[in-house]
Amino acid sequence: MDAVRVLRRIGCEVDFPEEQTCCGQPAFNSGYWNDARPVAQRFVRVFRGAEAVVCPSGSCTTMVRVFYPELLTGTNLSDEAKSLGSRVFEFSEFLIKVAGVTDVGASFPHRVTFHDACHGLRELHIKPETRELLRHVRGLELIEMPRSEECCGFGGTFATKFGMISAAMGETKAGNAESCGAEYLASNDPSCLMHIDGILRRRNSQVRTIHLASVLARTESADKGPEVKSHERSAE
Amino acid sequence: MTTPAQEFLRAAAQESADIPRRKAIRHAVDQYDAAVQHGRQQFLDYEGARQKCYEIKWEALNHLDEYLVEFEKNVNARGGHVFWADTAEDARGYIAALATQRGVRTVVKSKSMVTEEIHLTAALEKLGMRVFETDLGEFIVQLRNEPPFHIVTPAMHLTRADIAKLFREKLADAMSSGASSEEPPELVAAARRALRQAFFSAEMGITGANFLIADAGMIAITTNEGNDRLGTAVPRIHVAIAGIEKVVPRLEDLAMLWPVLATAGTGQTIACYNSLIGGPRASGEIDGPEEFHVVLLDNGRTNLLADAEQRDVLHCIRCGSCLNACPVFRTVGGHAYGTTYSGPIGSVLTPHLRGLNEFQHLSYASSLCGACTSACPVKIDLHHHLLHNRRNAVNDADRPWSERAGFKLWKWAMQSARRFAFVGSVGRAAVRGLHRLGLAGTFLDPLRTWTKFRAAPPIPRKSFRAMWRENGSR
Repeated sequence: MDAVRVLRRIGCEVDFPEEQTCCGQPAFNSGYWNDARPVAQRFVRVFRGAEAVVCPSGSCTTMVRVFYPELLTGTNLSDEAKSLGSRVFEFSEFLIKVAGVTDVGASFPHRVTFHDACHGLRELHIKPETRELLRHVRGLELIEMPRSEECCGFGGTFATKFGMISAAMGETKAGNAESCGAEYLASNDPSCLMHIDGILRRRNSQVRTIHLASVLARTESADKGPEVKSHERSAE
Repeated sequence: MTTPAQEFLRAAAQESADIPRRKAIRHAVDQYDAAVQHGRQQFLDYEGARQKCYEIKWEALNHLDEYLVEFEKNVNARGGHVFWADTAEDARGYIAALATQRGVRTVVKSKSMVTEEIHLTAALEKLGMRVFETDLGEFIVQLRNEPPFHIVTPAMHLTRADIAKLFREKLADAMSSGASSEEPPELVAAARRALRQAFFSAEMGITGANFLIADAGMIAITTNEGNDRLGTAVPRIHVAIAGIEKVVPRLEDLAMLWPVLATAGTGQTIACYNSLIGGPRASGEIDGPEEFHVVLLDNGRTNLLADAEQRDVLHCIRCGSCLNACPVFRTVGGHAYGTTYSGPIGSVLTPHLRGLNEFQHLSYASSLCGACTSACPVKIDLHHHLLHNRRNAVNDADRPWSERAGFKLWKWAMQSARRFAFVGSVGRAAVRGLHRLGLAGTFLDPLRTWTKFRAAPPIPRKSFRAMWRENGSR
């Protein structure tokens, strides 16, 4: 809900089409393109009327913008998928590039480091946007950890198929976050956060995780204080 | 019998837990990263250089039939021989027969991944020949009876102390002074003393080739130790072996490829030794071999050439930058892959060279982070090809029936918002219930593969959909 709060605060009209389900990425990434295709087509049909589709995950955004054209080649939704791809935006990208807002009136008086989620970074080239937004949050001290661009090790089914590799990568990420002295590790992808959070809590770390949208949702007037729950499920 | 996939899982688990080994790799990669930053500064526009290299390789591969024949014609004109090897067996057979006929007893090798690919050393040793790796890193792993750990840095996984210990055991004679020294100059000197003898007794020198230059009929070899020069100048016979994808159209292409290879490979502006060899010793020349043979290896490459989607995999110049960039490689190291080519390029290439069914697991052993693609100097779409391999595996290879059924069920659930919501609420309730009953982590727990390594995520009581209905839509 935090993403919705921020979008409304800057004056957007937000709708949540209840017919939506999944973008299809789990099947697509596992090689089940034939199973992913109808789910992707459903996504295109559900969102075809939207002016802009905002998604608090670089990964799901990538699925639609980068992979739908390939997945839906030769289907009757091929052209529509391409056009929808240009209207789907990752949350920070939307705020900066579409809405043209850098200051959303947030307040979060904590030391924060940012993990650049891979799909957002390398498929969508999102990085300055996130820093720009964080720099305008009152009281927030942005600390760059070493290798913020290195993968956290989540990788979808990779996290369970190759748990030991995934966890070792997560440990490296956790160590980097701890070493920089941040209280919070923020990111723009809920799946990375769920993984990093699980690693951090398993090692009883002091560092907590939070979604960028949740950072931006906090205001001075309504500062709920740091939540016990590490990251909010703000996306669906 | 264990399958390559089972062996990978075992090795990956072991390597992931080897913290000192991971630290050594991390240290090596940190040094590499710093060097690359420096090396890139020689380019006004490194992205432009990558694009140019991509175009050179693209042109070569899309006219492979012409450039290879041109290369052969020009090599022949200078008195060299070209052998076209369809398979690894053909290549081994040609080189082994040549060595036997010429009475070769000692072979010195310059670094070559293709010779690893065709297991050439073992074949020659079986015939009673002594084969010496002369690249320092390769020499070290040969003494350890190991394959190279990394395609450019074969002994990346070893510390100075490991190497000193190895040399004291295996090169006792050459380690003359200061037997306890771990100083690099001392270790290098010991290797040099041991190898000098091999160089001057060898009848055959075997090298790879970084590039085959069509218009010049020459091979280009890049090293940092100059061992290729001694190994191709002293022995009577020089055999070079290279994959057919190594051909480039023009000599002038090296003006771009050499500095890019050096920067991507080691962070240098240019490698220390870049040799061009065009044939055997000509009359009037004072050194060089009497015979010069080039073996052009296919070994599955034309199948990849026929695959328009993944043809760019053949652009690879074996710089190793995707390995260094890969967080999976840095975690499990090169040996865990169990393949000649490890890291992202190995995971993409091996299913094509050695069979999709047996090596499909490597395409799944990736978080798809894309760091490899960003690093690749010839712009191979590596991480997307991992996705293509996965799709090919689902279409053409064995996947677990449970996975196939699982995605059918998933597809069914995702095609209706009601089913989606229902599955979500049942899932949340089930996990909450099981965890409350203290059954977390047991075989009943659907999250057990997750919680084996991480704390369970907090399971929200309500879905976003429910929150939206209650107060979200205002």
